[in-house]
Amino acid sequence: MVNNMIKNTLSEIELERLFQEKIDAEQKIEPKDWMPDAYRQNLIRQMSQHAHSEVIGMQPEGNWITRAPSLRRKAVLLSKVQDEAGHGLYLYSATETLGISRAQMIEALQTGTAKYASIFNYPTQTWGDMGAIGWLVDGAAICNQVSLQRTSYGPYARSMIRICKEESFHQRQGYQIMIELAHGTPAQKAMAQDSLNRFYWPSLMMFGPHDSESAHSARSMKWKIKRETNDDLRQKFIDQTVSQITFLGLEHPDKDLVWNEKREQYDSGELDWDEFYSVINGNGHCNRQRIQHHVKAHEDGAWVREATAAYNRKKELKQTVDAA
Amino acid sequence: MTTEKLELFEVFVRPKRGLDHKHVGSLHAQGREQALEYARDVYTRRTEGISIWVVKSQDISASQEDDNESFFDPSDDKPYRHATYYPLPKEITTM
Repeated sequence: MVNNMIKNTLSEIELERLFQEKIDAEQKIEPKDWMPDAYRQNLIRQMSQHAHSEVIGMQPEGNWITRAPSLRRKAVLLSKVQDEAGHGLYLYSATETLGISRAQMIEALQTGTAKYASIFNYPTQTWGDMGAIGWLVDGAAICNQVSLQRTSYGPYARSMIRICKEESFHQRQGYQIMIELAHGTPAQKAMAQDSLNRFYWPSLMMFGPHDSESAHSARSMKWKIKRETNDDLRQKFIDQTVSQITFLGLEHPDKDLVWNEKREQYDSGELDWDEFYSVINGNGHCNRQRIQHHVKAHEDGAWVREATAAYNRKKELKQTVDAA
Repeated sequence: MTTEKLELFEVFVRPKRGLDHKHVGSLHAQGREQALEYARDVYTRRTEGISIWVVKSQDISASQEDDNESFFDPSDDKPYRHATYYPLPKEITTM
């Protein structure tokens, strides 16, 4: 008995060594490979959270579909929101390859055990917010997702490649809205500035806590689930956004922003981490509303699922009768 | 012995880690286990891949190419769904 246990433990250690060797050699891990349970759980957490973000992310923008200021803008916004639904589906399916069911994931979202990007708990108050979200929120998401194209789990990496192909339209259409507003009437420009002010900081928070505070960071880097740290990705986003704000002729929301010759990067002001944790923990403006809406949409859609199941049963019955 | 009962399988091979399995052909076999071994013998004799999937051909649902026009709806009349629809100002080099 004792001998057996030692043997099993040893083989587990051996398996983990081989697993890490694959990762170190830039090999992808595929669904049927052995993987440490913590790797599996870590991926389920991160990927389902990513999927939930795509799906919940439809709500703040969906809020403006009926009020888009022109038919063209309505069509663009509709297409973008539709893409997000598709991205959610890619990611849910990829997560299911790890042995968790869709129903379990949805339940975790609806009961609050699973999180989604805190940015989607901010309300969308003006049309300018559609610009700021496409430009900044999708822009930050792209930074993260480009990096995740090289993540160590094969199905995740491949869905990221698929998603990134579609994502750049999202950012461009958002920036287009910002250009039109910022170069428009003084009232329109003020609207653009207001949206920038409200969405800039929460967009930076999308990259997560500082590396020193991040609970999962070190291990995720070792397993190459994450390829770049939260702070490195955030810095990249800060640096690339500066000239975009300048072109719009808007004021940069970060008053401490200054170019650092030595680092060849911008130094920037500290984020309001109290706000970050407060929103993550359920106290943002829209947390309850987002989940309530998701539950309602899910329940309202029950008749569709029942109808397709009934149709399937009927078809199967017909096949059995025909065969007999 | 008759070969009438052999089933047709479709074979998919993953050329290397990180890439999708790709359809490489079909074969006859008596059950899934045998199909895997046959697939190895027939389709991976020159290190074509590192992983094989076999799927019963009858389990594959396929769209019909004749129906493409009505089946696929890539919405090509909606060019605004592509990034190239939005010209970037030349001052913006980082998007």
